[in-house]
Amino acid sequence: MLKYILPLILFIVLAVFLALGLNLHPSEIPSPLINKPAPEFSASKLQAPEEKLTPADLKGKVWLFNVWASWCVSCRSEHPVLNQLAQAKAAVIVGLNYKDEPEAALGWLAQLGNPYDVSIMDQDGRIGIDWGVYGVPETFVIDKQGVVRYKHTGPVTPEDVQQVFLPLIAKLQAEN
Amino acid sequence: MKHLSIIFLLILSGIACAGVEFRQFANPEQQEAYETLTSELRCLVCQNQTIADSNAELAADLRRQVYEMLQQGKSKQDIAQFMTDRYGDFVLYNPPFKLKTGLLWMGPVVFLLIGLIAVFLFARRKKTASVLHSNTGNENAEKLAKIRNLLEKGDQS
Repeated sequence: MLKYILPLILFIVLAVFLALGLNLHPSEIPSPLINKPAPEFSASKLQAPEEKLTPADLKGKVWLFNVWASWCVSCRSEHPVLNQLAQAKAAVIVGLNYKDEPEAALGWLAQLGNPYDVSIMDQDGRIGIDWGVYGVPETFVIDKQGVVRYKHTGPVTPEDVQQVFLPLIAKLQAEN
Repeated sequence: MKHLSIIFLLILSGIACAGVEFRQFANPEQQEAYETLTSELRCLVCQNQTIADSNAELAADLRRQVYEMLQQGKSKQDIAQFMTDRYGDFVLYNPPFKLKTGLLWMGPVVFLLIGLIAVFLFARRKKTASVLHSNTGNENAEKLAKIRNLLEKGDQS
């Protein structure tokens, strides 16, 4: 009897592990920044390099922090989604133009539309390191107190917007 | 043969030179700290490489970060902490023993135990089987003797 049951048990254990493994996303690394204050920066604005933006300027507002670059292929597929999200005016959208050339970045926005209320430049990737950026695009949601509440790695899809971002933003807007 | 080995060495030196960055250190300890750290931090883009091995841009940025922090006199622990604060435990190739990493650390021991138990059970079964086998051997011997007996009797008649 055991002769038949043992391989069956082994098979089931193996199948469960493999099934779990298939549904894992090892390339998505959970961010240790969740529920921590947004990392500080003071960065030049893409459209107005002489002006600086800091997270303190956004206190009292719910904002999205979207890491993008003109060289990033998946950012292109994400871009129309962000444009739509911007039209909903649910939250302030701040862009982090990551390791990019300002001319290329401006060209991209002129060609594809600009969903960002403001974009800041991070040409040497230092702000990216402080935010734990490892793959572009990435999107953070920051609450009115300046605390990071959510991180999305990879392009944001229309489903993500409907199911995750808009409900979360509505919830954070209701907070003080 | 000699030519071949020279060519081989040249190719190897090419590999060794690829991606070399020129870094100047104040003392050998600092250089050693740099080498250990970069070989203990994971490149998050190409997840199975250390930042010392990887040519990804992020790895280069993180190497620069490590170098600069060492120049500022930061300790190895400070730098490892800096990285985990931003990228989580995953960035360390040598993650700390915690509840979350328990399975990672204990997994091999658990599998070793399972293996030992399996070997033990298998060996015991084999032993009982061979005892049985030797029994049948005896039976055969008895039968053979009987047959021989019968044959001998047949010869007499």
